[in-house]
Amino acid sequence: MYLLKLIFRNAFRHKLRTALTILGIVIAVLAFGLLQTVVDAWYTGVNASSATRLITRNAISLIFPLPITYEDKIRHVPGVSTVSRSNWFGGIYIDKRNFFAQFATDAQPFFELYPEYHLAPDQMKAFVLDRKGCVVGRKLAQTYGWKLGDTIPLRGTIFPGNWEFVIRGIYEGAEAKTDESQFIFHWDYLNESIKKTSPRRANQVGIYLVGINDADRAAEISREIDAMFRNSLAETLTETEKAFALGFISMVEAIVAAIRIVSFVIIVIIMAVMANTMAMSARERTSEYATLKALGFGPVYVQTLIYGESLLIALSGGLLGIIATVPLVRGFGAVMVKLFPVFQFSPTTLAMQVGAVLVMGIVAAAVPAVRASRVRVAQGLRAIG
Amino acid sequence: MLAHEGPIVEIRGLSKAYQRGGQVVPVLTDINLDISAGDFIALMGPSGSGKSTLLNLIAGIDKPSGGSLRVGGLDIVALSETELADWRAGHVGFIFQFYNLLPVLTAFENVELPLLLTHLRARERREHVHAALSMVGLEDRISHYPSELSGGQQQRVAIARAIITDPTILVADEPTGDLDRVSAADVLGLLDQLNSELNKTIIMVTHDARAAEAAHRLVHLDKGVLLDGDGVGG
Repeated sequence: MYLLKLIFRNAFRHKLRTALTILGIVIAVLAFGLLQTVVDAWYTGVNASSATRLITRNAISLIFPLPITYEDKIRHVPGVSTVSRSNWFGGIYIDKRNFFAQFATDAQPFFELYPEYHLAPDQMKAFVLDRKGCVVGRKLAQTYGWKLGDTIPLRGTIFPGNWEFVIRGIYEGAEAKTDESQFIFHWDYLNESIKKTSPRRANQVGIYLVGINDADRAAEISREIDAMFRNSLAETLTETEKAFALGFISMVEAIVAAIRIVSFVIIVIIMAVMANTMAMSARERTSEYATLKALGFGPVYVQTLIYGESLLIALSGGLLGIIATVPLVRGFGAVMVKLFPVFQFSPTTLAMQVGAVLVMGIVAAAVPAVRASRVRVAQGLRAIG
Repeated sequence: MLAHEGPIVEIRGLSKAYQRGGQVVPVLTDINLDISAGDFIALMGPSGSGKSTLLNLIAGIDKPSGGSLRVGGLDIVALSETELADWRAGHVGFIFQFYNLLPVLTAFENVELPLLLTHLRARERREHVHAALSMVGLEDRISHYPSELSGGQQQRVAIARAIITDPTILVADEPTGDLDRVSAADVLGLLDQLNSELNKTIIMVTHDARAAEAAHRLVHLDKGVLLDGDGVGG
């Protein structure tokens, strides 16, 4: 109790110095939390991936399609439970800045493969019955103020023309990490329209989404699918959904790595500032530590005082920083919703912030604590604070 | 108090030297000195004479280069750092020139500090602190911080802290060095009272002749040597 009192009073002895140090820690912890959340946001697709889903695409490149005839063949591979198709549409809603993902797919198998997309049965029925119908994520609908029955015009880029879709369903994510910003419509509608405008591009699929029964057989099934189409005009590359998502991240890997490094550099910088604060405080109190030792208090007591003070300052700033991270992430996520559909402050980031704060408190006190505990009493008593 | 017959402090052939740039600088040379229980001794000498070093050695906050030093019959030179710290907590009361009170603690808390190393309960500690502060005439200042007290009052708090554990010896390094005449007289009066009424053994370093008058015995040092010859036998 007495020790805690002494630690607390020492920590707030130089109010301005302590306040500025705490402010620095708040900003550092806040920036660290935000940057880590940005990194997490890049990995949303990876984290949301399922081990029982495979993606089959053209082996040459994602931009080359696969024939629709592959679907049946894939479905008959042992271990495959469901097959769905998907084409990236890439349409523009009013303005280029209004970016969101649009996929042409087949309703029933798609929602079977993605049980984390919760769609009310009556909305599912309405979507299936309407050839021009579409289903949108809750966040996407919120962003543009869409509601059921609204007609959404999209200007095609990959598939030229003006397209109109009627919102028949709004899905909700099962978890916070589920992407609620997708726009899904019927592949048949797209294919029929292409048949009329550019028949050579019809009956082509961007990727096949393959559901399997046993995640442990993913590699084996992938090999089997790809072997089936070897030496064909469109060879396939099948991989897990996670590997597929990581492939996208690898394109911006350097940026993500840079963000991650910067977030840790911030912590190292504030750790140095904190160490400087503790070194100054300990040096000013050399005669006090010597007095305590003269009175019979051991080096461990002196070290505990310094470690305690350092941890108290670090935890004060860290706690405020963590508290401030929550609204900052929410606000940033709202502004950046088009770039980061899922922007969540994760428990992992929270744990990393707490860990960083603890390491900061301990490392900053290490050298001053050792020095103070080693100072000779007679020499320390002569020190001027 | 240690149960010991003979001098409370027994110094034989004590020497202390520092290493400075490869050179050995002697500070104390062949000191022989006995201090009896209940004595009030003033160590005097010019700056650099080694009087503070001798006091530090007696108080167990510095180690000699040679010779023997017994306090209450215990050879404190042979003690380890940890044993010395424990010994100091029970047997030495410190009074410093600049009081060395912890500025973030009140007068009460500063005086209570040495008692945290004892097994006394909070209530017992409180009683002891009140008694000690009452003895130095500062019971009405218990909740004051050092910055709210005058120099003389701070030194009296330091004296209360020094006597709170009922130590074997009180060591005072220039206790009046930072005080005005009136406050210095108060502090010296208090030390005299502790010596005469409580039979406390006091070893005081001073270069102030007026302060030295309060002591019952003067020991002069110059260039690390006792000027009064052999201090053995008191």
